[in-house]
This record gives sequence, C-alpha cells and structure tokens, in this order.
Amino acid sequence: MSLLISGATVVDPTGTRSVDVRIDGPTIVAVDAELTPVDDDRVIDATGRVLSPGFVDLHVHLREPGREEAETIETGSRAAALGGFTAVVAMPNTDPAQDCVEVVEFVRRQAERAGLCHVAPSGSITIGRRGEQLTPFGELSAAGVRLFTDDGNGVQDPLLMRRAYEYAAGLDAGGGRSVTLAQHCEVERLTAGAVMHEGECCSRLGLPGWPSLAEELMVHRDIELVRLTGARAHFLHLSTARSVELVRAAKAEGLAITAEATPHHISLTDERLASFDALYKVNPPLRTSADIVAVRDGLADGTIDAIATDHAPHAAETKEQPLDQAPPGMLGLETALGVSLAHLDMPLADVVAALSWKPAAIAGLDERHGRPIAVGEPANVTVFDPEVAWEVVPARLASRSHNTPYVGMPLRGRVTHTVYEGALVVDDGRATR
Amino acid sequence: MTTGHDRPARSLLSVDDLGTDGILRILDLADHMAEVNRRPNPKVPALRGKTVCSVFFEDSTRTRLSFETAAKRLSADTMTFSVSQSSLNKGESLRDTIDTISAMGVDAFVIRHASSGTPWQVDHWTTASVINAGDGWHSHPTQGLLDAYTVRTSLGRTGGLEGLRIAIVGDIKHSRVARSTSTAFRLLGADVTLVAPRTLLPPVVEEPTTEDLDGIIEDLDVLYMLRMQNERMNEALVPSLREYTSRFGLTPERAARLAPQTLVMHPGPINRGVEIAVDPGELPGAVITQQVTNGIAVRMAVLFDLLGSGEPGTEGTSR
Repeated sequence: MSLLISGATVVDPTGTRSVDVRIDGPTIVAVDAELTPVDDDRVIDATGRVLSPGFVDLHVHLREPGREEAETIETGSRAAALGGFTAVVAMPNTDPAQDCVEVVEFVRRQAERAGLCHVAPSGSITIGRRGEQLTPFGELSAAGVRLFTDDGNGVQDPLLMRRAYEYAAGLDAGGGRSVTLAQHCEVERLTAGAVMHEGECCSRLGLPGWPSLAEELMVHRDIELVRLTGARAHFLHLSTARSVELVRAAKAEGLAITAEATPHHISLTDERLASFDALYKVNPPLRTSADIVAVRDGLADGTIDAIATDHAPHAAETKEQPLDQAPPGMLGLETALGVSLAHLDMPLADVVAALSWKPAAIAGLDERHGRPIAVGEPANVTVFDPEVAWEVVPARLASRSHNTPYVGMPLRGRVTHTVYEGALVVDDGRATR
Repeated sequence: MTTGHDRPARSLLSVDDLGTDGILRILDLADHMAEVNRRPNPKVPALRGKTVCSVFFEDSTRTRLSFETAAKRLSADTMTFSVSQSSLNKGESLRDTIDTISAMGVDAFVIRHASSGTPWQVDHWTTASVINAGDGWHSHPTQGLLDAYTVRTSLGRTGGLEGLRIAIVGDIKHSRVARSTSTAFRLLGADVTLVAPRTLLPPVVEEPTTEDLDGIIEDLDVLYMLRMQNERMNEALVPSLREYTSRFGLTPERAARLAPQTLVMHPGPINRGVEIAVDPGELPGAVITQQVTNGIAVRMAVLFDLLGSGEPGTEGTSR
C-alpha cells in the first residue's frame, strides 16, 4: 500500500511550499503540486497541516536496560512517534551503562523489535559513566555510535576531558565523519545536594541551590578545550543566559560547537518549585524568566541549534519522595512540539529546523533523517497541525511514566501522523503499533 | 475572644500562610493557653476525642515533647511515629506511611522532616490537619510564633511588635528558624536586621543585612542568636568556629555592651562557647527558658486553632 499525503504545507531544509507527496515502501516516490490518488493509495488529507521531515531528538532517556518500570525502549519509542520523532538519541545512563558494544547492540535490537522510530544509542564517554576511564570510542563508533556523552553527569576531570576531546578529534567514524562529544555541563562541587535554581526562589523556599555558575564554568572550560583540541562539542540542555552568551561568542569565533535547549527551559520557571512538587525537579533546574528569554533568543538566532527534550521518565512513587531524594527529570517527547510552538516566537520553519534537520546533522543521522521532502528520499516524515490548542492528559500518554509538568497549560500544535521508514506508525494521533 | 471562626486553613505549614491577622489570632489564643498552664491542674478538655500524631523523620526531642505536652493539656490523644521504629527502614515510602497512619483515623499530623517542603507533600495526601514542626532549611512556624509571643509578653505588649529593632545573628542560610522567626517579626511590624557573613546568608534576602554586629549591638530591643553547627566549618562557610565566635558570637565583651533591657533569645539547643560564649543566666535580658515555656502555650493555641471549636477552656475547666 502506498501513502498519499495531500494538501499539506511542506516545510523542509529547502523551503516551504504546498505539494502532494506519495510514499511507497521506505521511500518518497512522488512529489507534485497535485497528485491524483490511485487504487492502492491510502490518502491522508493534510489540508491546513504541515508535512516535514521527521523530528530528531538528541536527548532521551529510555531507561532500558535497568529501569523498565519507568520506561522501556518500546514505550519510549511510541511516545517519540506520537511526538513526531522518527529518530532519537538514547542517553547512556542505563544500567548497565551504554559503555560497550554489547549494551549498544542490545538497545538497537530492542528498538528494531519495537519498530516505531530509529533509536541511536549514544556511548558513554567513560566506563560506567564514572568519569575515570575512557570507553572504546573506536569500537563503539565502528558499531555506529556517533555521539558520546556521560549525560546525567558531566565529565568532571579536566585532564580526562581533554584526552577525550583529543582522542575523538582524530577518530574517523567512517566516511570521513567524526564523532561528537556531548557535555552535560555541571561542575558537581558547586551543586552538591542542589534541588533547584539558586536565586530568590530557593532562598525563600529553603531549598539548596544549583547555581548558574556550575553550568557556565563547564561550558567555558569545554569551549577552551575545543579551541585547544580541534574536537567537536555539543552542549546538552543549556539553561542559563550566560551559557547562551558563551556559546554565541564561541560560534562567532568559528569553533565546532553546537548546543541544544529543552522545551521546559523555554516554558517553566523556578517558581514552579513553590509547590514543592518534585515533578518540577529537573537537572539542570528550571531557571528564571530572564534565562528563559535568553534561551529563546539563542534558539531564534541559531546560537542554540536544536530543541531536545531530555525526556526523563520516572515512576510516580519516585517523584513522591521528599524533594532532595526524588530523581530529577520530566517527560518531553509527546509535548515537545506543542510547547515549542506555544512558547517560541520564531518562524515555523526555524522551529521545525531545530526539531529536525539541525539535530539530525549533530547526531550524524542526516543520511536518513531530517532530509528534504523529495523523490528518492527516505520516508521519515511527520504531519502536524501547527495551530490546534490542546492540553496534555497524563493517563493518555504512551510513556510508561506520567511525570509531565504541562498539565493545565495550553499547548499549541500537535502531531497527527508519523511515517517511519515508510510505515504509518502514528495515524490520526494514535500509534498503530 | 473569637476563635472558632474565620480560620483560613486546616493546616499550618508556614508563618506566611497565617499573615499578620492570623499570627495575632494565635498569639491572643496563646495568652489564654498560658493562663491555663498557670493553673494547678493545667488541662482543659478542648480537644477531647481528637488524635494528634507526631511523625518525626528527624530527631527533635524538644519540639516533639513540646507538641505532645500541648496536645495532652488540651486532652487530645497523642501518637508518636519515629523513624527508628518505623517501616521506612523496610523500604516503605513516605506516602505509604502517611496513608497508613491516616487510615487509623488521626485528626492532625505534626511533621518534622529534614527535607524542605515535605509537609506540603503530606498535606496533599491526607485530609487531616498538617502542622509543620520544621522542614529542612525552610520553615518552622511554631518556632516563629513562640518567638513572637515571647517578645510580646516579655515587653508587656498586647498587639504587634511595631518599631522594635531586632537582630538575628548567625547561620541564616541553613536555618528554618531564621526564616520563620524573621517573617513573624516582620509581619508584626518589627525592623529585622540579619547579621551573618555572606556565606551564611541565602543567595537573596529581603531584610537588611550587616556583618558588623558591634555596630548595632547597643541599639537593639532583641538580639536573636542562631545555633552554629560544627559541620559548617567543613563546608568552608566560615574559616573556624573561633573566628565565627570572635565576629558573630555573644562574647563577654559584647554582652557588656548590651542594654540591660535588650532581650537575648536562642532557639536551643545552645552551642555553648560558639554563638553564646557567656552564661545566659548572667544576662539580664535572656528569655531563652521563657521561649521553651511559651512553646507549650503557642502550640496549644495552634492545635486549638486548627482542631478546636468554640471557646477554649470554658467547658470543664478546673475553676
């Protein structure tokens, strides 16, 4: 069966236009101003909607192996598909960690079994994410890993991080491609016991503060290490105004640096913690409205390349613990588009770029994701209504966990169809598998 | 005296929730309770049939005894749940613990927890009243109330604390007492100055601050000394306890400069030789034991405010 998507506004790296698109098997086979349905066509009337290359999330925690009570690769993949993502990068803080080929292969196999989206396992930078010894970058990149990170933690030791950048800079990951080291920027000596952003609100609430400085110091350190080593660095979930400034200046110098920001860091402030609800505990923490403005500006001017969710499922009972014991993190996959369109004052095409082809390039997934909508290209695409207002209902989420912070907040824009390698995995807002 | 009506909430989580009127209502009620406590048989049946459960996830014998004494003087039944004898050690969650005790039918939880905000979480899970007996660095409302009550009665006032010059000295940052007590003082109209090195202040404070205790010590109505914990030294917050005492402690030299009518307060237990390096008994204005005594009356007032009805002590009193 072939798929005819008609009447949509296509937004892709080549521009914006109105065309009909036919998909047959894993490939786009026809693109024209008007395509006539043939017998075999399943027709999707996408009038008033947007058709774009599938979204790519640089930052998800799928919890498998190790914490399957919170999420599995299957349930997380389903959430991704419902959010319009055709590819996600799985963070390595699993148990065991994604620090060797065997675990990476396990994640890949589980994702293929689910068949809902492409899951690209990241590799950890250090064995067991303990910050002591480098993982086999060569073996892992030969097994297809393009992005390395100890996410959940930053690499604290500056000597070890220098070696990691130096070693990665010379590594050919095949086809002349290099690997990217992605840093979770947090100087942990400055954040011991921290629960929320350090500022007026934490002073009032008597909660230990996570100072912006702890992020900015490591951003600065790694910018200098990139300058020294010539490696590529990606900064995960930037949250402070000063971090955005540092990255803007480094990019102006031409350093090979990219950065991402999360939907929650453009939509929620630290005042949320006044409820003492651990739902709002996240790392890096929710910050001030001035930081939100700076991060949005960073996205608007391209300083921040990508919107990445840091999708972090946690079982309800873990979030009912006292704030200092509850784990940080919130869901993001199914609400990313709705939050982005509700909170960013940017041209639609720029929002889609930050959700699709820009992160695809950073993750080394741009051979099959974030591609133009054109004949011969892979059928990894998303259809969404950019205007529809909706509210999230936790119990209806595909994620095994329900820790979304967006209940009661108006969202704008929702995915109706996702096509992954030619398969209609989301049809009219529902997962088909 | 009006008591049974216009109660804004079923729980007492912070002093801010009470507001100025609420604080004054509790202090007026505490006057009445103090009168009960002066009787030969200091007990009234005001909360007969009510059950108050102390749930202390952090040791504090003083506060727990004060609450339990207050509840008993109002004829409430009391239960105690402490972590050492609890199932938390068996992996039971806080929520399950609260649900279990709620199911036994308690009217109020008195909660102490080392994590800021825990009483707010508990308040969401139960229909019983929740009284915050201290959460993390955040809040300790009955301490703020008993401190305000102690100042008011010691200075023979009846209304608020308008115009009083009060210094709170010490580890403000990690102190729930400082947060609640300074809020109570300010809501009652006092001028509060925080005295601490920058390392012991929260990142942002509303009150005026100074590091110069000597510069203000002669012009105070109340000198409130906070407990300085030994472990703060290990976190590089002060170079040494000796230096702390020399800059911020109540030394004999500073005690000599205090006006005789200046009240000296401390939430206890005192770290002798650190924040107070003189015998408090030698200080004419020391009201530290009165704070402990007043704690009972104020906690009776809080319990009655949340759980009682009608006039306290009008039924079956010893008179």
